[in-house]
Order: sequence, then structure tokens, then C-alpha cells
Amino acid sequence: MKKLRALVIAGVLALSCVVTACGAAGGGGSKTIKVGVVNNPPSESGYREANVKDMESVFSAENGYDLKTSYSLKNDEQLQAAQGFITEGVDYLLISAAETTGWDEVLKKAKEAGIKVYLFDRMIDVDESLYEAAVVSDMAKEGETAVNWLLDQKLDVYNVIHIQGAMGSDAQIGRTGALDAQFAAGTMNKVVQQTATWDEAEAKKIVESVINSGEDFNVIYAENDGMAKGAVAALDEAGITHGVDGKVIVMGFDCNKWALRELLAGNWNYDGQCSPFQAKIISDLIKGNTTSSTKKIINEEKGFDAKTLTQSDIDTYGLGE
Amino acid sequence: MQEATLLQMRHIDKRFPGVLALNNVDFTLRGGEIHALMGENGAGKSTLIKILTGVYQMDGGEILVEGEQATIRSPQDAQNHGISTVYQEITLCPNLTVGENMFIGRENSPWIKHKEREERADEILGQLGIPARSTQQLGSCSLAVQQMVAIARAVDMNCKVLILDEPTSSLDDKEVNMLFSLMKDLKSKGVGIIFVTHFLEQVYEVSDRITVLRNGELVGEYLTSELPQVELVAKMIGKELDELSALSEVDEKKSVQGEVFYEARDLSSSDAMPFDFTIRKGEVNGFTGLLGSGRSESVRAIFGADKVTGGKVKIKGEEVKITHPIDAMKHGIGYLAEDRKRDGIIADLSVRENIILALQVMNGMFKPISRSESEAFADEYIKVLNIKTASRETPVGSLSGGNQQKVILARWLLTHPDYLILDEPTRGIDVGTKLEIQKLVLKLAEDGVSVTFISSEVEEMLRTCSRLIVMRDRHIVGELKGQDLTQAKVMKTIAGGEKQNENE
Amino acid sequence: MKTNKKLFAGGLGQLTIPVIAIVLLVIFNLIRDPGFFGIAVMHNNDGNIVLTGNLISIINGASELAVLAMGMTLVTAACGGQDISVGAAAAIAGSVLVKVLKSASAINGGTVILAFCSACIVAMIFGAFNGVLVAVFKIQPMIATLILYTCGRSIAYWINGGATPTVSSPIINAIGSFIPGIPIPTPVLIVALMAILFKLLFHFTSLELFTQSVGVNGSAARLNGINSTFIKLLSFIILGVCVSVAGTIGVSRLGLINHETLLLDVEMDTILAVAIGGNNLGGGKFKISGSIIGAYVIQMLTITLYAMKVSSTDVKAYKAIVIILLVVIGSPVVKQRFGKLVEKLMSNKKTVSVKGAE
Repeated sequence: MKKLRALVIAGVLALSCVVTACGAAGGGGSKTIKVGVVNNPPSESGYREANVKDMESVFSAENGYDLKTSYSLKNDEQLQAAQGFITEGVDYLLISAAETTGWDEVLKKAKEAGIKVYLFDRMIDVDESLYEAAVVSDMAKEGETAVNWLLDQKLDVYNVIHIQGAMGSDAQIGRTGALDAQFAAGTMNKVVQQTATWDEAEAKKIVESVINSGEDFNVIYAENDGMAKGAVAALDEAGITHGVDGKVIVMGFDCNKWALRELLAGNWNYDGQCSPFQAKIISDLIKGNTTSSTKKIINEEKGFDAKTLTQSDIDTYGLGE
Repeated sequence: MQEATLLQMRHIDKRFPGVLALNNVDFTLRGGEIHALMGENGAGKSTLIKILTGVYQMDGGEILVEGEQATIRSPQDAQNHGISTVYQEITLCPNLTVGENMFIGRENSPWIKHKEREERADEILGQLGIPARSTQQLGSCSLAVQQMVAIARAVDMNCKVLILDEPTSSLDDKEVNMLFSLMKDLKSKGVGIIFVTHFLEQVYEVSDRITVLRNGELVGEYLTSELPQVELVAKMIGKELDELSALSEVDEKKSVQGEVFYEARDLSSSDAMPFDFTIRKGEVNGFTGLLGSGRSESVRAIFGADKVTGGKVKIKGEEVKITHPIDAMKHGIGYLAEDRKRDGIIADLSVRENIILALQVMNGMFKPISRSESEAFADEYIKVLNIKTASRETPVGSLSGGNQQKVILARWLLTHPDYLILDEPTRGIDVGTKLEIQKLVLKLAEDGVSVTFISSEVEEMLRTCSRLIVMRDRHIVGELKGQDLTQAKVMKTIAGGEKQNENE
Repeated sequence: MKTNKKLFAGGLGQLTIPVIAIVLLVIFNLIRDPGFFGIAVMHNNDGNIVLTGNLISIINGASELAVLAMGMTLVTAACGGQDISVGAAAAIAGSVLVKVLKSASAINGGTVILAFCSACIVAMIFGAFNGVLVAVFKIQPMIATLILYTCGRSIAYWINGGATPTVSSPIINAIGSFIPGIPIPTPVLIVALMAILFKLLFHFTSLELFTQSVGVNGSAARLNGINSTFIKLLSFIILGVCVSVAGTIGVSRLGLINHETLLLDVEMDTILAVAIGGNNLGGGKFKISGSIIGAYVIQMLTITLYAMKVSSTDVKAYKAIVIILLVVIGSPVVKQRFGKLVEKLMSNKKTVSVKGAE
């Protein structure tokens, strides 16, 4: 299976080599910028889907780019694809790596070939000199924004059900950190802290078991939208009110459009953004429209409150449909 | 020739839930004798053997090996006491070489000395006159040779007691003779051999002594030379042999003149060469020939059990297509397969379910036989065929071989077939049941059912069939009826008949 | 004495282990928290009177697993192997359901039925695909279904082209949680309905006998006129129906399909439910009821661990321990030893009582 896929990729790459070689020979001094993007496949998540779309729309032919993409969840396949782009002779290489290790050799080769590398979404464990810049989300900051919003609600007591994402993932570590600090400081009570590994149905079971135990809670902090939805389903079945005028505050992350609509309807209270929109920032850097003093560029991210959210926010920032 | 007592089993008791399988049984084996262990199915032969080999633990009694008390709790213990067993089914690995098979699991050193081992294996094979080389793959040898290799393996493990459990049931005459000469050879070397078989002739050919068991009890121990065959059978089944003699007196079977029920022309399958065949209503015929002569393959072709590749088939004069078993069944044909375990019983299912299976298949998926109806059917046939089972819900696999065979017979009788094919229905089952089955066949024929009866015991076929089709090398070489139905004539035809359907 | 023995003999059947497991879990929970199985009646947010409590959570939460276990039992019995693609296939069925619902202008009873039928047909086709590989091409079931296991969730993604499409409709909500006026969760009712359908299927056809025959001895079944290829294929198609039902429940619970997480890892739990139910994973005789109980055992275990606030990352490890115990206890070797022990005890008792009489 894997072999087959590698073979197909190799075949496609070989073919595209030939095509571009012809193009280069015939075209002469065309000014398009060749960009190779190594990314995770859009099927990975709603986030990735928006991310891929964003890349495609920014690095379009109209904007003067020649975009080549390769999607894989596997690091070795990503490495092969990057290798392919280097051989092919792209001008810029954009990478969101499946794993943080194993990229030294490829990035060194890119450097030797004079190809400039940008990292997006995810960092890689390599020397800073090997890439131009890394445009990433700061998950810890996302968590802080959310917890600060929660503190601003000035509840008498905070009894929190904390539903975590897949343990060890960047998003989970970042979004858990800020809340853990509050638990440690004693400003908030941890009713239960469980991972549902991004699984909506699992989140529902976790909340259900708390309800069945009869323990009191007034906040659900779910580390993504799906799990928040699962938690709310459990509340609905047990007749517990939630949202703007409800007993329980519901918080989610990722800003899927459907989740923001829940906010707009007042069923949820807060949704934290995890911006998949890095293409514009990178494009601006490539074209010299902006410069950055640091190599690590944090993508600006918002948190939406049900009370202040507007339809235009949904249209602008919402992911998916 | 008589030597000292080698093995003594005294007052052996063995209980299974609800059954006393062995009750106070004694058995004595002397060095250098071939001792036949006889009894009907369920008499306790295999239980006794399994206690001796450590598969079962006895509930009472003692075992002495060369006069010393022996505790046998596992097959390994048995082997340590010099007791080896060769089973009916070969338990060696066909994909290893003969040499490897002889030494597998016996070497203590992690280093295998190939050369040494091969030489040793060849030496033993040579000594015992077994026609195999140590480097040959076991699967490429004939069944008989495989069995002999198993024996050679046992012999090389310094066995004093060799148990041969139905060793001849899948061998042809020539192979049986090879095996017998090997047994006699071992006997002369002082090995005590326990020989379990259903073939009476073979008992008289090789054994010195006979121990008879019946219903878990010892009937007695006899010198073979002093026990006439008829008396042996009487002791085994525990009744006088009126029925047996009565049956064998039905000698002048007239050839049936009914209408032709089934007719095949140039019928062939993936396994059977083209042949012609007809059977009339109420006729009992048989296919005979040596093992591998194609007799089973031919009847399988009639039933559509193998891929049918050609030929024309008529039933009651009308042309029909039979390519799958279900086609044959729909035309009133039933087939009791040669290999009961592999092709006959559904071991985990109950006697009841096994009995109704074929009828249910004919009725189709959407007309299930109701529980009460199926219970009635099962009870009826358990009674009619005298099937010995704890209840109709007992898994058929736990029944004795003969009773399993009766269950399969019941399955086909329940479909009320017009034509029943019985391939080796009497193999590996006890004398009493054999008789019952033969009688049943004759009764069916009287009722107008056509029967094809196959048996490796020619005598049995001569007793039941009015017409014998003789095969050799996958071709029909003759057809015998009336006066010609004698053992001598059959042998002669097998040896020299003209082949049918052979194209130049 | 005699009736006693009979009861015991009956009790040593296939269902002993799962029933004992359930009883032990119940006792354990009652000791831990006497109110654990308390059922409360309350109004949910839609204003319906509903039942809640751990017991309801258990039987409700096990619904998808129970439905899948029923179909898996049949496949196991006929083919002597398991389908490991049920989770992925359920994601496909769920995606089809959502796709059809989203493309309809309005979601009403008709569109829901249409959507379910489409999901069902698609799941049956994928079931047939697995079935053909197993029955016709004689590929080992686990290997054959590995294909769909690997690519099923990608296919589910392609169907909707989005990561987590949502549908909201009172009808979908009613399927996933409660029908107004009925206080029992709908998935529980669906499980009951499926169990009844299977019962009827076995009553009005001889599928059970044929499947068992094929599973125990395929060669003999063939020579008795059973089309074993068809029976095997059929078992996979029936599993397909179960898959679509499970997928529909899963989607309806939240009104959302996440192709990556819908019924994730359910295939292993399903196989375990079949095994805990005392069914031979090598094929042959089977009891659907055993598998259903097996599903509830697994779910009760999960809920118990959650109630004990065991971290959900550790839940899997604890589950594994309990399941290993159950499967080992249910193995033929242990059963045989236990049977012998009982026999011994019984015969001892007998002699004692006889002596006592003297």
C-alpha cells in the first residue's frame, strides 16, 4: 500500500519534472514564483481543510505563483515529497511537518540549492538558520486567552469539566496549560479532567458520567468544537441548561462555522480561534511586503464571545461550512 | 517365542460424566507378540489406549511396565516408559523431510547435526526395510510409507510397546502387506505390539493373541489360533450370529429389472475420467477397485460434489443438469461421503440438527423445519436406526464413529431419496453396526430405492450388491453380476479387465 | 440434587461467563456506590420526560457496539474470522446519511428514511465487497477487511468533502436521543428492534443452521447442498446493515459526522463483545444474545471506570486486564479444568451425603 503510494508520488513527480523542464526551456524569463507545499492531507481535520484551501487561494496563478502540493500524514512520505520539490527546483518550500524530527538533511539540501524554506503551523527541530521563518499558532496563548475570558465572567465559583484532546498533541498541551495553572492556584475547581482524544461521542460519555455521579459543575472547557458538541448533547439529555442564559458555560476551540452558529444562537459561550490562515503572512514575506525581526512569527488569534459575535465574524473566521 | 510380561494393566476404571467407560478391565502384553485389541465402537478400546498413552487419567487400577509400577500422566510419561503410538491419522509434518520427522522434538542439543541425523535415519529405514530416503519430503511418500516412518520414529525412541491404532484403514492391500511384514520384523526384535483394527482378516493374519472388550468390560483374552472368526464376532457383539449367517445366505440376488432411474453418459469431473453408468429402481450396485482406482471420484461426479466437466445425465429418462450437490438432491439423490469427519458430520451441532440438515437444505432457506417437527424427526430416526446418544441435543462429534455414521444415514433417509450413494458407510465402524447398515441397504432396495454401495471389503459388497462395477486406474474395466459375483472374479477383473471410455 | 445438577449443567453453557461478568460488575458497583444504578426521571432540554442514570448511560452507550456485535457474530460464525473494517464502514455509512440529508431541501421523515436506506445500501455494498474477498477469493477475513479498514475513513471524508459536517433536525435528534413522549433512549429501542429482527430472521429462515454448518464444517455443508459462498457473503451483507444502523445512531447522537472519530476503535470492542459472549472466534456455533451481553459488559466496564474517575487514557489498560481475564476464564482449557473440579466436588459431596445417611 505504502509502496504503491510512494511509487505513484514518484511517478507524478517525475512527470511534473519533465513538464516543468519543458516549461522552463520554452518560457524563458517568466516571472512566476514556484512554491512547493508539503502539508498534511485536508481530510485530517476541519482546520487542515481550511488551511489547504487558504494556501491554494493565496498562492494562486493570479497572484503570480506556481503552486505544487503534496499531502501526507507520514513523515517519510513528506520527506520524499520535499526531496522531490528540491530536485524539481522550486523557489520556495513551505512545510507543515507530520513529525518534528528527521528534517535536517532535506533542509540542508534545500539551502544548498538556494531554496528558501518557510515552516507553517508546526515547528521542526532544526537549526534556525535552515529556514527563513516559521508562522505558527501559539496554542498556549489560545489557552490563556480562553481562561482569561473565563475569569472575566466573574463567577462565584468555577467547577470545571475539562475535556482534553489527544494527549501529547500541541493543541492539547497548549490549551490545557492555562487551565491547569488555575486549578493549581485554586481559583477554579477541577470536577473532572479527562481526554476524549478529539472524539465527540467520548466527550458525551465523560460528561454523562459526571452528571450521573451527581457532582456539581458550571463550566465545560472542551479543547475542540466537536467535543464541546458531545458535552452539550449530554447536558441536553439530562435537562441541564447551558449557554448565554444557562447554568453551564460551554467553551470550545477551532471556530468551525457550525460551532460559531451555536454561539450566535446563545447555546455556547466561547469559541477560541486556532487560525489556519498562514498563507497571506508567508506570501507577504516572500514578496517583501513585510519583514520580520524574529524567525518565529505568531499568528494572531482571537477568542469569540457569544454576546459579541456577529454573522460577519462567522463568515470571516469560521472554518468549513 | 513367548517372552516375559511387558505391560500389565490391572483393574482399570474410567468414568466420564454419566458413563462408566471402563469397568475393571485387565490387559496384558508380552514382549514379542502382536496383540489385537478388539471390540465394537464404544467398547472402550480407545479409552484404554488413551489411558495407556497418558491422554486420559484412569480413575482406578494400576499400570505395570516390566513389573514396575508406572505413573502415566502425559504422553511424555508414556514415551519415557517406552510406550509409543501411531495413530490412524498421520500426526507427522508432511512438509518436513522424512529424517526431520523422525527426529523432530527429540533433540536436546540446540545444534542440529544434519549429516549425522540423515545417516542415522537412513540406517533405521534400511533396517526396517522402509522404502524412503531421509532427505525426501514426507508428503511425497505414500500414506503407507508415512505410517511406516511414524513407526520408525517410534522404534528409534527405544519403544518397547508399540500401539497401532487403525493403521491399515487408509492403505491398500499391498501397503497393508508391507506394514505387516514390518510388524512381524519388530515382533521378532522383542517389541510388544498392540494392534487395533476393524478388519477381522487382518487380525487373523498377523496377531498372536486377542483381547476382546464389550461395553467397557473385559470379555476375555484368547490365542488367535484357538478362536474361530465367527466366535470372535460373537464375543464382540455379544449375541449369536444368526443374523450374520442369515444375511450371508441371501446369496442369489436376482438382477433387478425395474425402470432405469439414473443414466450417465461420458460423465466426467475435475477428478473423474469420463464414464457411463446406469442404475435401475430398487437396484443395489457397487463400485469396486483398489484405492485410487477412481471409484469415489466417479460417485462424487454423479452427485456433483466435484466440478462436473462433461457428460449427459438422464433421470427417469429426462435429461437433467447436475453440477452442484443441491441439483442432485433436488432430483432425489443422496450421498454419504467417504470421509465422515471431513465431509459428513457437523461435529459441534446436535444430533437433531445433523439429521434435519439435508432436508432443510432441500426445503430451502425460507421454510425452516419447526423445532417440534425436527425433534420428532430426530427421535424417530434415533429409534429406527438405534442411534446410541445421550439425547437428541448431544453434539454429534461426541458420538462413536458408528453412531455418527448412522446420524448421517438418518440425514439422507429423512430426505426420502430415490437414489442413495453410500461411499464406505462401514469404514471404521464396529461389526454390529456394519451388519445393521447392510441390512438397511437391502431393505431400502426392497422399498424401491436405488443404492450405490462402496466398501473396501469386497465380501461386504458381494453380500449386498446385485451388480458390481469394477474400476482400475480411473476407468471402468468391467461389470459383474449374477454368477460372476465372486471374490475371485472381482480380483481377476481388477487385474485384467478392459478399459471403458478410453480414447486412443 | 437432580434438578440442582441440571440447573448447573445449563448454567455452564455459553452465557455463563458474560452473565457472571455482568453480575460481578453490578455487585462491585453496588458496594462502591449503592446508588450507582439509581434511575432518575427528569425533563430534558426539549421538555420531554426522560430516564437518566448510570444504568441508562450503560445500555444507551453500548447501542452501536451491541448492533455491530450482532452482525459480527454472524460473520464470525460463518467465516471463522472477523471484519475489522466495521468502524470505517460505519463512518462511510454515516457520511452517506449526512450527505443525503444535507442535499435535501428540508429534513422530514421521508428524507431521513431515504438517507438511511442510502446509507444502508452503501454499507451493504461495502459489506458485499468484503464478503466477495472472503467467500469467493478465500482471503482471510482480517486481511480482506484490512483494505477497507485502511481506506474507509478517507472514503468517508470524500463523500462530504468536509471534516465535520453537521445536520440538525428534530428527527435526527429523536433517533440519537429521545423520541418525545418515550422516556427510554431511542438507541436502546433500536438495539431491541435489531435483536427482534435477528430473532425473526432465525425463526423464519434456516440461516442459523446453515451458518453454523458452514462455520463448523464447510466441506460437509457443501456436500449437503449448502452454498457456503452465498452464506458467507450474506453474513457480510447483514453485517453491512448493522454497520449502517450503528453509523446512523452514532451520527444522530450529536447531529455531526467526524469521519476520523466516529466509532473509532469500535472493531476491536466488537470482536471482544463476540468473544466475551462465549462465541468461538474460529467459527461455528454462536449465540447472538451472548454477543449483546458482551457489548453491555464492555460498556459497563467503561462507565464504571469513568465513574471511578480513572483517567480515560488508563481506561483502556484496565479494560484490557478485565477482558484478558474474561477471555482466559472462557477459554476451553479453563472451562475443562473447572468442569473437572466441579465433578470432583460433586462426587465428594455425594459420598459425604451417603455417609451421612448411614
